[in-house]
Amino acid sequence: MTDAYLDGNALAGPLAPILAVDPTTAWRHCPDCGVRGPLAGLRVYGPEPGLTARCPGCEAIALRITTEGPFTWLSLGGPDGAFRFRTG
Amino acid sequence: MAAPAARGSTPYQRWARATLLARTPETGTARTLVLRAPGWPGHLPGQHIDIRLTAEDGYRAARSYSLAAPGRGEHLEVGVQPVDDGEVSPYLAEDLPVGADVEVRGPLGGWFVWRPERATAPLLLLAGGSGVVPLMAMLRGHRTSGARVPARLVYSVRDPAQLWYGSELAAFAPPVSVRLLHTRAAPPGDPRPPGRIASTDLPDADGPFAPGVPDVFVCGPTGFVEYAADLLLLAGHPAERIRTERFG
Ligand SMILES: Cc1cc2nc3c(=O)[nH]c(=O)nc-3n(C[C@H](O)[C@H](O)[C@H](O)COP(=O)(O)OP(=O)(O)OC[C@H]3O[C@@H](n4cnc5c(N)ncnc54)[C@H](O)[C@@H]3O)c2cc1C
Ligand SMILES: [Zn+2]
Repeated sequence: MTDAYLDGNALAGPLAPILAVDPTTAWRHCPDCGVRGPLAGLRVYGPEPGLTARCPGCEAIALRITTEGPFTWLSLGGPDGAFRFRTG
Repeated sequence: MAAPAARGSTPYQRWARATLLARTPETGTARTLVLRAPGWPGHLPGQHIDIRLTAEDGYRAARSYSLAAPGRGEHLEVGVQPVDDGEVSPYLAEDLPVGADVEVRGPLGGWFVWRPERATAPLLLLAGGSGVVPLMAMLRGHRTSGARVPARLVYSVRDPAQLWYGSELAAFAPPVSVRLLHTRAAPPGDPRPPGRIASTDLPDADGPFAPGVPDVFVCGPTGFVEYAADLLLLAGHPAERIRTERFG
């Protein structure tokens, strides 16, 4: 991974083992700056194995995911930072 | 083959084995790799896979690679541009023996995809360097599906030797068109001076492309994607019709 950031498309693989649906189309409404957009549009910073995804509008942390052996740690941003997944 | 998992689940959610069947050159350094993944469920143009390598001491590294062609049974085609001092890409491009196994996960991504059979809007593709890979899958999907919508690829390379898929791109005919941009050195006779992508390289500035608002896909190094997306917004393309993918 580069110093230059990636985007949320790169989170599809790391999130695949813990989600049943593709996460990149999940819609996010930023509680801090109000930006709306898909998870694919987040700015993703490495280096692996720990990725931090930030809001493209205000750089607030939207989620963090870390792979450690057989475990995947996932934390979502602030209390209103939930992702909406299309599951049906 | 089953219908590709569009918005639904990712069948290869966990790592599975794939075998390197063939490696062919695209440029002096870039390589196309064909893998065979038993039971592969199919995929859509624009999707990618993660490839994981495990060293003898157990150290593991995973990287993302876009699929370069629509699904062909168990065969997956990727294109790798080795980066200097890279952990994974030089090994894939040069060293992984044909016949050897890697682990793959996918198909991945539902945002940066184009579905030929559903397309009604014109398709505009902007590629920087190896960012051409997923966009090539879209053009190949356009061809094999018999899509009618106009499609234009604007493809920026450093110099003519860095061009991938050269003869295949030259063979596309309307409604598909390809415009090559050179940032450092242009081929003899090219009226466009070398330089990074500019607003004059976008359709409409360089002649009418198609009526209607196109669906736009932009892919390449992060700097290219940022710059090109800004040009598109300035040119009046609605943000919600622009999809981007950054390679880093
Ligand atoms: C969704 C997605 C799809 C991708 N598709 C492709 C593809 O089709 N073909 C392809 O070749 N690559 C693709 N990439 C990039 C690929 O995943 C790797 O980042 C790249 O191959 C470098 O990996 P590495 O292990 O060799 O380098 P690393 O060991 O990760 O990095 C080594 C050095 O190279 C620099 N570097 C890292 N990545 C890049 C880069 N992309 N360009 C220039 N310098 C870099 C780093 O800053 C570092 O200095 C894609 C990335 C994403 C997120
Ligand atoms: Zn924000």
